[in-house]
Amino acid sequence: MTLLEIHEPGETPLPHAGEEALAVGIDLGTTNSVVAIARDGKPAALHDEAGNSLVPSVVAYPAAGGVLVGDQARGLMASEPDRVVASVKRLMGRGARDVQAVAGVLPYEIEPGTGESDMVKLRVGGRARSPVEISAEILKTLRARAEAALEKPVERAVITVPAYFDDAARTATRDAARVAGLEVLRLVNEPTAAALAYGLDKAAEGLYAVYDLGGGTFDFSLLRLEKGVFQVLATGGDTALGGDDFDRTIAERMLMERKRDGIEDRIDEAAVKIALALARQMKEQLSSRDKTSGRLELGSKPSFHVVTLEEFEDAIGGYVEQTLDIARQVLADAAMEVSKIDGIVLVGGSTRVRLVRERVAGLIGKPPLMDIDPDEVVALGAALQAEALTGGSDTLLLDVTPLSLGLETMGGMVEKVVPRNTPIPVQLAQDFTTYQDGQTAMAIHVVQGEREMVDDCRSLARFELTGIPPMAAGAARIRVTFAVDADGLLTVSAQERTTGVEQRIEVKPSYGLSQDDMADMLYESLEHAEEDVARRLLTESRVEARRNLLALEAALAKDGNLLSIEERAAIDAARDRVDKAIAGEDRDEITAAAESLESLSKPFAERRMDRGIREALAGLSMSDLERRVGE
Amino acid sequence: MDHFARLGVPAALDLEPAVLDKAYFALQRRWHPDRFVGKPAEERARASTEAAALNDAYRTLKDPLARAVYLAGLKGVELPGDGKTIDDPELLMEAMESREALHDATTIEAIDSLADQARQQSQQALTALGSLFLRDDKPAIRKALLRLRYLDKFAEEAQGRRANLVKKVGIANG
Repeated sequence: MTLLEIHEPGETPLPHAGEEALAVGIDLGTTNSVVAIARDGKPAALHDEAGNSLVPSVVAYPAAGGVLVGDQARGLMASEPDRVVASVKRLMGRGARDVQAVAGVLPYEIEPGTGESDMVKLRVGGRARSPVEISAEILKTLRARAEAALEKPVERAVITVPAYFDDAARTATRDAARVAGLEVLRLVNEPTAAALAYGLDKAAEGLYAVYDLGGGTFDFSLLRLEKGVFQVLATGGDTALGGDDFDRTIAERMLMERKRDGIEDRIDEAAVKIALALARQMKEQLSSRDKTSGRLELGSKPSFHVVTLEEFEDAIGGYVEQTLDIARQVLADAAMEVSKIDGIVLVGGSTRVRLVRERVAGLIGKPPLMDIDPDEVVALGAALQAEALTGGSDTLLLDVTPLSLGLETMGGMVEKVVPRNTPIPVQLAQDFTTYQDGQTAMAIHVVQGEREMVDDCRSLARFELTGIPPMAAGAARIRVTFAVDADGLLTVSAQERTTGVEQRIEVKPSYGLSQDDMADMLYESLEHAEEDVARRLLTESRVEARRNLLALEAALAKDGNLLSIEERAAIDAARDRVDKAIAGEDRDEITAAAESLESLSKPFAERRMDRGIREALAGLSMSDLERRVGE
Repeated sequence: MDHFARLGVPAALDLEPAVLDKAYFALQRRWHPDRFVGKPAEERARASTEAAALNDAYRTLKDPLARAVYLAGLKGVELPGDGKTIDDPELLMEAMESREALHDATTIEAIDSLADQARQQSQQALTALGSLFLRDDKPAIRKALLRLRYLDKFAEEAQGRRANLVKKVGIANG
């Protein structure tokens, strides 16, 4: 697998000597994650050796031990599906109760949280792991990539979150960064980061909308950009709506077709994962074709499926319409007419879907902007903000709260204290009173959401203000103060004003990590840091070597007759060596054995390619050939 | 410090949005927590408090009705809290009639026309408010603000009802 490294000038910036530790921008996505760095206002995504900037947000805990992240983890999807986790972002800060909503979407065994924390855990590789822990693995990989590319330690980052992420999910993201050894300079909303990239890099000015449809989340934000000020006017979204839903429509269709054709499947986690993986490929093909097909290898009977663009668009139309409804609501919130929008920026891999682009263009009557790669734009904006925060800059980023924050009042009603789209940081207070004579305590229940009833909102925290001196009902003045910081995180305090009894609590969402959990994770990751790295490298080499070995074996079975007996014997000996090396623990030996096998099998690969071309051309007339080339 | 003083704009009913924005942006450039990353904790806390106060002032003064209510408050005109009963019989009648009309509106056009009407009335009442402030007629200011608040709420309800209707029509067609 010889690969050429092609870098554009400036894409792999090397640090200047004596410079401070660098701060990077990280887009921790549902499907893919990206790490980027900005220098002198020029952002660049950091690539791996193969030139990829995207790290699939997939984590695997292989039976062989260690942890794999990214493409290598995805590679295990077929062989060890129960050890692979994808789309974990959808579970960040989620409790068991929320998970029912995504239960059909996520093929994992889910366990309710334990003790202090309600956040769900996933049973993967024989152990219950929290979404925070799994996300931290992705962050560790991004950090390692950045450190390798920059040849400097990276300890600080701006991390992006969906604008519509609630307090629990934001806290979970912060926790994951800590576990990965990263100090979070700022959590920045994804659409805001995208606008930053356009505003600073492309010098866009005016009123801009950002339509961000990722793998699992949707955000729509309206911003005003002028003279270095990025002012978010309104934002809205859905944290359980994205490209994954598109995949699911295709996967479901294929499974239905199999059932129709009398194939009896056991639809377990593994089957769903395999179907979803194929569905994703088919969806991607439909971005450039009008029809696609796929072969679903399930159980003992593979099946063949065809999906036309029209059928696909019919299936996903409802989801796309939902995003447009949200967009309209955001425009209404900002009291802004569509005609005032100067441009709309598309963000997220799912905006490659043609129907999405058409509908968005239809909504605002202008072609959407995609000058910056929609997969990278968020990380680029985060990198710019990281540079601004560490190096100082004149840029001003004014963001808002995505969801209203309030308190439970009598009868399970919600009294809003901080309405959605309030600029942050902000501190707002509201006075409440007692409703019984002699009442000495008051239960404070903090909720987030737009609905009127507590049960329809998300419960963030409960605490009790005690020590209120006994008074007649309605005489006490209890001032509850909500403070939202620039990361969108909330602190609530309550004070009885006639006597000054005060209680302050940091809102620890009941879905966050308990301090103990956090300490354990930090301890474990420090304890095993070195070991983990060595282990991971070893595992990666093994996986890579095994994959090449399997590919070669398949090729030998098909085209073995292209080799002389001597050549074959040499290759077989080299294969044995790789086999033995994989079984051992010596990473250098695995690499050496794999390299020797690769060089020995190179002539074979070339001959196979020649044969392949000859076969493809055999029996074709010159005009056939011309027609084919023209296709 | 009141919101007007904090943002350094004249304490008046009429306030050019551009003037307000300019003052707000300049102060946020100075106090936004993003400017204090890596600074000592006390400085960061101070910045956060200042920025929060600026945001509170800005969001209050940006909205014409909120600004009017706030300015009236500075002049000693107290309004009952949100959601409290309306104590003005005239307004009560008006509210009942328009609510009924909204309830009977079954088409998007009908709802839009009611919302438009409320917006126009709201605009007129806001304009009239200027002379009441000049005369410092506190009871009249209070009455006008209560009506404005009611009209605002009505527009919101109309929007909600419209959204529900759009959804229903969407389902019926799709």
